[in-house]
Amino acid sequence: MTRDLLWRGMLAGILGALLATLFARGFAEPQIDLAIGYEESHSVPAPSEHAAPEHAAPEHAGMAHPKPQEEELVSRDTQKGAGLVTAFALYGAAVGGIFSLVFAYGYGRMGRLGPRSFALLLAALTFVLVVVVPAIKYPQTPPAVGKHETVALRTAAYFGMIALSLGAAIIAARIRAVMARPGRGFDATLLGFVVYLGIVGLGQLLLPTINEVPGDFPAVLLWNFRIASIGTQLVLWATIGLAFGLWAEQVLKRAR
Amino acid sequence: MAVSAAVFDDAFIPVEGGHTIPLEDIAPWAVLGTLLAVIFIYFVSTEQGAFSLFQGMYVHEFVHDGRHLLGFPCH
Repeated sequence: MTRDLLWRGMLAGILGALLATLFARGFAEPQIDLAIGYEESHSVPAPSEHAAPEHAAPEHAGMAHPKPQEEELVSRDTQKGAGLVTAFALYGAAVGGIFSLVFAYGYGRMGRLGPRSFALLLAALTFVLVVVVPAIKYPQTPPAVGKHETVALRTAAYFGMIALSLGAAIIAARIRAVMARPGRGFDATLLGFVVYLGIVGLGQLLLPTINEVPGDFPAVLLWNFRIASIGTQLVLWATIGLAFGLWAEQVLKRAR
Repeated sequence: MAVSAAVFDDAFIPVEGGHTIPLEDIAPWAVLGTLLAVIFIYFVSTEQGAFSLFQGMYVHEFVHDGRHLLGFPCH
């Protein structure tokens, strides 16, 4: 049973990755191209300028991105095509697989929901816990934003934020289960929300603040990139929730 | 109306021999699946960023756009 679900979870993740790639090609890649254009205009000194600004410019731009694309290791076309779809497919298969395992554990244990409803609810919850809440503290950043020296700190902080959000949700669910009394389930759920928000809020205060957006980075571009990025992940999770729900229903019906 | 139809048409389907999938059935797949998933996610999110198992920047540049769009710190 779990084997069949795991297999379908990974497939749903790959399907979601393909649709997310299409969405990203349409809405996110134009923003990435614009951000790279900004990056290049700030890292390469203008040829017609005087010697003095030429020396000053690379230093300033070097802070944002120390390695301009002088040796193009991977072409933009590959990054937008094979690279993007490979990255999404690996990520989709991975999170789809974990998703199906959580589904296998939670089905019948977290309420008696039908398979399609439970899958969609679980996907929506994951989207909020893993994408939306961590992005409030550490929003997605386009190319040209982020210093190379701090990548280790930023990676640790970002994964820490995701772990905090998931951990807080598990604690909140436990507290809700312990506190639930017959007829007072609503109050227990509210308490669970308060516990989640409290833990996440405290964690956000304690985790380091990171702001590496260059002062003259276009605000509209940053906004558009972030919306496109969140939209891309929404496509991924919506597909996982819907496709996996359908396939899980088939597996469960056949097993009876 | 539509909401209640969506919820009630999708009835709970009992699992053979009970209401839940037994943990013994989940455990080995959970270990295997999680291990594979962690490796995949590591290469998409972190390799040649905060950590490098391989020399160079090829993996980083190859998954570059995906990494940015999935929110992982890049560069």
